This record gives sequence, C-alpha cells and structure tokens, in this order.
Amino acid sequence: MKRTVYLDNNATTPIHPEVKKAIVEALALYGNPSSMHQQGRMANNAIEGAREKIASFIGTEPENIIFTGSGSEANNTVINYIYCNVPDCNICDRKNKHYNKHIITSAIEHPSILQTLKCYERRGVKVTYLPVDKFGTVAPNDVKKAIKPTTCLISIMFANNEIGTIQPVKEIAEIARHHNIYFHTDAVQATGKIHINVHDLNVDFMTMSGHKIYGPKGIGLLYVKKGIKLCPLIYGGHHEKNRRAGTENTIGIIGVGKAFELLSKEMDANNKKILALKQKLKKGFLEKIPDISFNGQQENSLPNTLNVSFDYIEGESILLSADFEGIAVSTGSACSTGSLKPSHVIMALGVSPEKAHGSIRFGLGRENTEEDIDYVLDKFPPIVEKLRKISSVYK
Amino acid sequence: MNWVYSDKVKEHFQNPKNILDDEENYKADGRGEIGNVVCGDMMLLVIKVDKEKNIITDCKWKTYGCASAIASTSVLSEMVKGMSLEQAYKIKPKDIMEELDGLPSHKIHCSVLGDKALRNAIDDYYQRNNIVKIKKELSKVVCNCMNITENEIKNLIFEKGIKSFEELQEYTKISTSCGSCEDEARDLLKKCLNK
Repeated sequence: MKRTVYLDNNATTPIHPEVKKAIVEALALYGNPSSMHQQGRMANNAIEGAREKIASFIGTEPENIIFTGSGSEANNTVINYIYCNVPDCNICDRKNKHYNKHIITSAIEHPSILQTLKCYERRGVKVTYLPVDKFGTVAPNDVKKAIKPTTCLISIMFANNEIGTIQPVKEIAEIARHHNIYFHTDAVQATGKIHINVHDLNVDFMTMSGHKIYGPKGIGLLYVKKGIKLCPLIYGGHHEKNRRAGTENTIGIIGVGKAFELLSKEMDANNKKILALKQKLKKGFLEKIPDISFNGQQENSLPNTLNVSFDYIEGESILLSADFEGIAVSTGSACSTGSLKPSHVIMALGVSPEKAHGSIRFGLGRENTEEDIDYVLDKFPPIVEKLRKISSVYK
Repeated sequence: MNWVYSDKVKEHFQNPKNILDDEENYKADGRGEIGNVVCGDMMLLVIKVDKEKNIITDCKWKTYGCASAIASTSVLSEMVKGMSLEQAYKIKPKDIMEELDGLPSHKIHCSVLGDKALRNAIDDYYQRNNIVKIKKELSKVVCNCMNITENEIKNLIFEKGIKSFEELQEYTKISTSCGSCEDEARDLLKKCLNK
C-alpha cells in the first residue's frame, strides 16, 4: 500500500488510540446525566471526572469549565454574552453595560470570531481589528491604543491556526486587567502545544476544542473565570450550571477528558519530537526547493506548524498533487475556499496575493515520524518542479 | 472514493497535454494571455494555423492556477486541434466544462479563462496577418484585466438569469483584479435588469 503522511493536524487530529478506547467504553453510559437514577448518575460521574482532568490541566477548578458543541460555539458564547445589554438582566451580571459597545480583536482571528463580530457590527457593536506585523504578531501597544471608554472585550487568539505565531497573550491580558476589560483568548490551536495556566495568565475566557488534541469532534470547551455570571448562547435547561443548555455529549466529554489526561503525560515529549521533525522539514525544503519563503513567526511559534509559500505555483494544485502521493496538507489559496480572496491570515502579513495563493500549511502531529518527513522531502521537489514547468508565470 | 472533480479533470491535471516547453522556438502564429496572478489564475495559450485552410493545427499552453484551471486549458488544447478558426472562436466555457464532465460552480471562472485566452490568440493571429474580422463582436471591453465585453455581460444576464453583481463576478471574475471597472459594470447590470 502507498504511504500516507497526514500533515493537516491543525485542521483536525486523528483520535488517540486510548481516546478511542475510552469512547467505546463510554458508549455503554446511555443514561441522561441529568437523571437521578443510577444510569444517569453513572454518566454524570464520568462527565464530572472528565471536567476535573481538564480543569487541572489548565490550572483551574472544574466549575469554571463549560462543555460546548465546538470551539466555534465557545467563541460565539463569549461574544454573545458581551453583547447582552439588557440593563436589569437577571441572568448575567455584566458590568459596564454600554449601549455603544466596543470590542478589540485582531485581523487574523478564526472565522468563528471574525464572522461573528461582523454580524454583531450590524447590530451596533463597534469593532477594532488590529493589524499584525509581518510575522503575524499583535503589538500589545496597539491594543492599549485601541482601548476606548466603551471597550468591553479584548479577544486575541493564543496561537494562529495557519501560521502558528504565538501572541503575547499574557501582556495583553494584563492590559485588559488594568483597564477593567474582559479578556478572551481562543486557545484552540495552542492547547496541547503550549503549557497554559489560566490562573497565571489571568484571562477571563478561554476557548479550547477536542478534535485538535487527538480527541473527538463535536466537543468544545470554554473556560469562564470564577465570578462571571455568563448568560447562555443556547437556552433550554439546567445543564452546565445554566450556562449551556442541551443534554451533555457524554461520549464526546469522556473522549476529550481522556485526551487531556493523555496530554498531561505525553505533551512535552510529543512537542519535542514534533519540533525536531518540523525543523528537519524546513531545512530539507530550503536545501531542495528554490524560491520558497516561510510565513509567520519562526521563533515564537507552535512547534508543529510550518507555512511555506512556493513561488510561481498555486496552492490547490500543490495540495492535490501532494494528495496523489498520499500527503495531506492545506493551503491558503483562494481556489480551495471557493472564494476569490486568498487567506486573510497570510494577506494580513503584508505579503503579495501570489505568496498567499501559493501557501501550504504543514501541520505536524504525534503520529509523524522521521520517515514521513523523508518521504515528503522526496515527493515535494518533483511536485513543485512539475507545476512550475507548466506555470505561465515561471521564468 | 470519489476525487474532488471528475475523472476527466483528474486525468488532465495529472497528465496535462500539450505543454509549451520552449516558447522561443515554438514559433506560434497566435499568442493569447489572460488572467492575473493576483486572482490566482493566469493562462498563456499559443496556436499554429494552417493559413490555406484556416485551421488550427497545433495548440500549446502554460497555466498558473488550480487543478481545474490546469485541466481546462489542457482539455481545450486538445479540443481545438483541427478546428477552423471560426469554430474555435465560438468555444464557450460551457463547451470546455462539458468536455471535462462538469466542474463545481465556484470553479467555472477557471475554464471561462481558457476560451478567452484562445480568442486572444486567434485575434493575435488575425492581427499579425492583417486579417480584418469582426473581432470581439465589436463590443466595448468593460473589464480590461479579465477581457470582458459589454456583449458578454448582456448575454450572461440573459442566458444565466444573473441578478446581482456578485453573481456576475462568480461567472466572469469581472473587477476582481484592479477593480476600476466595478462602477461601470454595476451600471451596465442595472440598466440591463431594468430593461
């Protein structure tokens, strides 16, 4: 059989075999976790066990973790809560209920922040989209300068999904604290790749997701700082302490709990191995393929993410050619998204649209090996050469 | 497992036919370029013509773009061989799509470019040989970057039932490069829709 090399771990990760085992076992827990009988209590115990593991992994108490249906839902929940401007709302306890709310975010956030904010802008919320430098970093000073009396949320992602750049989250959180503004960070990509302690960071909200850490899809997590009385995005029940209605996804929660448990054991060793593989890949590309450049911060970035622009050729044709060889990657080209515009993240770095169209993201994971990287370094040069040979812009 | 596009697209993407290796020594009779790197698709197409019979004897190309852009230029280069110039001039995006056993709707603009590159190559041949033909349907060019005429826009509005500027962009990629023709294109669309 032909070799397959999965290098799209920022899109999603394969389920860890032990997570799979835990999920299969969880299938037996059919009781509704809200029910008082033993079937219900068994499911509930398992869920609370998972919550404890997750909480301890990020340095908080279990009651500060809310299970959602996805990372996107967790992001939406935060913005929805901030938007609430009912003056005497008896559900949430928001301070600073301005009618002209202002939110600060960055130009390179995930669409579940950017598109949600676009919608809230139409409802009257004012939004500042901070630019990033050529490495994709937000300047804390820009955050400071953007603050207005009406600013009620700063939302900056922990690490970027396309280029891997890590943001100065701690500094920005301090600025937010100093101005008494809520701070949210989307840590979906950072989780399991960087040690995160929400207590040290002093964030108010943090988003995570199961399927980026070798757990199941359909499960997201929101950390909410103690004392914040969140109003839910989804109403309809007492689940999650009135903060997210809907019968708990027992299987997903147990799966993600196991994924976190495994992270606390394996994360450091995995990241060390993955970083070495990424460096090998980068070095190999530089040696074997001319006219390439790397997008994003190279020093302070996720250990697993390498974003490369191949000049004179287009990303979708690279992606599909790699797929013929069994190599799975992703691209920031417009062609793959069905729109006319290339990746907003790569474009925010100030590079040319050509570089964005020709960008490929290599997202390494725990299953990758030296042989995988050798295979990619063997297959990629002829792919690039072939496409350049038929390209009308290659000299 | 199904591939992203049709098997025909796959075949032409994996094994593209008639690639232009050496333009200098090819000695083309007509040369046409279309598209823009900024938008992610750019094609160069060259033809050789039997001047007695007015028939395209050979066609070669180079394309910067996605899989369907590459495949559509490749399949077009096969289609036109042996065709009369008049016939080739009339090739529509739909013809290329059919030859490829279909393309997803958001990919149509890629093959739209292939037929335009071909018409540019034929126009170039006419020009080089001082042949006066009714070129470009004597219609005014609205979008210079993408080479889209008033008549083409009018036909599309009629044929496809286009109602918005965004739809028009989907089909033609009009004003997606420099954008300077957007107002003119919007006005034209408005006028046609009000008729």
